[in-house]
Amino acid sequence: MEEEAHLQAAEWAAEMVANNMAKSLITITNMSKSYELGGETVKALQEISLQINEGDFISIIGPSGSGKSTFMNMIGCLDQPDTGHYLLDNQEVNKLNDNQLAAIRNVKIGFIFQNFNLLGKLTALENTELPLVYRGLGTKERREIAMNCLGKVGLSDRLNHIPSQLSGGQQQRVAIARALAGNPPVLLADEPTGALDSRTSQEVLGMLKELNARGQTIILITHDLEVAKAASRVVRIHDGRLYEDGGVWLESERINEDGNKEYQNQ
Amino acid sequence: MNLRESMKMAIRSIKTNKMRAFLTMLGIIIGVASVIVLVSIGQGSSKSVKDQINGLGTNLLTVNITDTEAVVLTDEMVTELADLQGVSEVSPVVTGRVYAKNGSESAQVSMTGTNAAYSSVKDLELSQGRFLSDLDSELRLKNVVLGSDTAETLFGNGKAVGETFQIGGISYHVVGVLQSKGTSLGSSGDDVIIAPISTAKRALKSMAIGSVYVKAESEDMLTPAMYRIQGTLTSLFPNQSDNYSVSNQEDLMETMSSVSDTMTLMLGGIASISLLVGGIGIMNIMLVSVSERTKEIGIRKAIGADRKSILQQFLLEAVVLSSMGGLAGVVIGIGLAELVSATAGLTISLSFSITALAFLFSLFIGVIFGVFPANKASKLNPIQALRYE
Ligand SMILES: Nc1ncnc2c1ncn2[C@@H]1O[C@H](COP(=O)(O)OP(=O)(O)OP(=O)(O)O)[C@@H](O)[C@H]1O
Ligand SMILES: [Mg+2]
Repeated sequence: MEEEAHLQAAEWAAEMVANNMAKSLITITNMSKSYELGGETVKALQEISLQINEGDFISIIGPSGSGKSTFMNMIGCLDQPDTGHYLLDNQEVNKLNDNQLAAIRNVKIGFIFQNFNLLGKLTALENTELPLVYRGLGTKERREIAMNCLGKVGLSDRLNHIPSQLSGGQQQRVAIARALAGNPPVLLADEPTGALDSRTSQEVLGMLKELNARGQTIILITHDLEVAKAASRVVRIHDGRLYEDGGVWLESERINEDGNKEYQNQ
Repeated sequence: MNLRESMKMAIRSIKTNKMRAFLTMLGIIIGVASVIVLVSIGQGSSKSVKDQINGLGTNLLTVNITDTEAVVLTDEMVTELADLQGVSEVSPVVTGRVYAKNGSESAQVSMTGTNAAYSSVKDLELSQGRFLSDLDSELRLKNVVLGSDTAETLFGNGKAVGETFQIGGISYHVVGVLQSKGTSLGSSGDDVIIAPISTAKRALKSMAIGSVYVKAESEDMLTPAMYRIQGTLTSLFPNQSDNYSVSNQEDLMETMSSVSDTMTLMLGGIASISLLVGGIGIMNIMLVSVSERTKEIGIRKAIGADRKSILQQFLLEAVVLSSMGGLAGVVIGIGLAELVSATAGLTISLSFSITALAFLFSLFIGVIFGVFPANKASKLNPIQALRYE
């Protein structure tokens, strides 16, 4: 039932995108974050503004040290910016306390990490269930949802394997299933293919594309232009500033420069 | 997240590290078991003392003379006490140690010189023969009654009544043997020779009456009889009240039980300290566990675990550890206590309340020493925790 409703909503959202009257899911305005390190201030994010609509598949690309992870922490409600506003699914995220942030992460965000971040002692099924455990769902209900999600990523036959019994690609698919289990409006993937070989990477990217095609909003953070190209929209982050021209910025060799060093040399 | 979920997680994480969990619990197991064993031994000995005092009857009054040179009781004085209103029987007692010999068997025994009333005053029962009679005392006969251990030492398992033995080269005739009364606080009531007071005075070369046992007519007459005895003694021995005392069984019981309660408390206290040490062990392991599982905590937080959930998970783990230890401690403690009573012949008294208390204390320790590590875990910054390798 819920799944159906979700799919319907997603279809509806996709329709709206098609009709060019997209509903805004994420609105970030003038977000800044700086770190104090040994008396020196590192401006990790500078006056970033970004709007993401429902059903978008957006890549955020940038070299090492450019502020990608910092930005992801902001979008993922793991951290709070120094200044600026963040509206997520019509909810003002600024100035929330730790517990409120935890609740938002649980409901609104599905994380996919570079190193999978599965719990090593739990089975694929239990890992997938985890967001629902923290949401307070009953055993039977969450088992059903988790099995459904593992089915979506093609792991129905690996329910009771623990991560060490799975290949990297399979582990990342479990992580995707876990991110999907909570049925969050946004999937947030930080270098999801960083630990995978190119063939498995394509598989995972294909899966993300497929999810997007069904209406899932996805934010993909990467330093790899080839990966970034999987998205329908690419923005570029450089020295803590965001540029909307990621899609036409094709000097891929620059992306591998040491942005951090360059930044420090300024 | 509800408690059941946290409980499952806690048990799961304990299961994945069985050896460590067991070693952590060991402190609590030892603590709880030793509380139970020591307290049950303490309470057991206190109970057996009380039972013995109670067995003497509640009508008994004891006059103890601490300075037998200043307070010399004569036979006339004893008769005077016996004639007081409310007093039914009186037994003056002379005690000392003698060396008894029967052929090659010999023993150092305590001799009690007293009168015929002694057996009813002190509720003695005989296994063989008869008790002393008034005639024995009047005629200064060398007839004696033996405690069960003494009879066994001197005559083996055979019949003692009708036999004779020597004290200081003089023959004594056994007329009766007492039933065994058991040991209380190290002094045996079975290692004794009871002789007529006139005979004992000679054998012990002492005229001093050390104590007088007085039986009141009834429990109601106990207090009036006590006052009358005190009054009589005051007029007989003015200004000597420091050198004798009159007490009833209740006073004696109070003194005894306060002594054994203190002992029980001390034993329990020492055992509780080991329980506390066990708690510190739990805290130590939980702190290690938190830092080992920093990454896990980060992942859980990213996925939406709030502080309370993390706190609950780690706190419950500590509580489950300590209560499992507590439970094992209860089982082992009860087993050990039974073993001690079976092998060492000590009276034990297992009380439900102490067992429950020891278990609850272990639970409480789990909470107290689990809070700090659990709180530490719940306060971890998710970003840093995720980055932790
Ligand atoms: N906790 C922190 N304390 C101090 N400085 C930090 C902290 N986190 C990030 N920074 C700094 O902020 C800048 C951006 O870091 P960030 O981790 O966001 O880069 P990135 O784009 O994710 O790089 P990479 O691709 O290597 O992961 C860097 O200069 C980094 O040194
Ligand atoms: Mg990064």
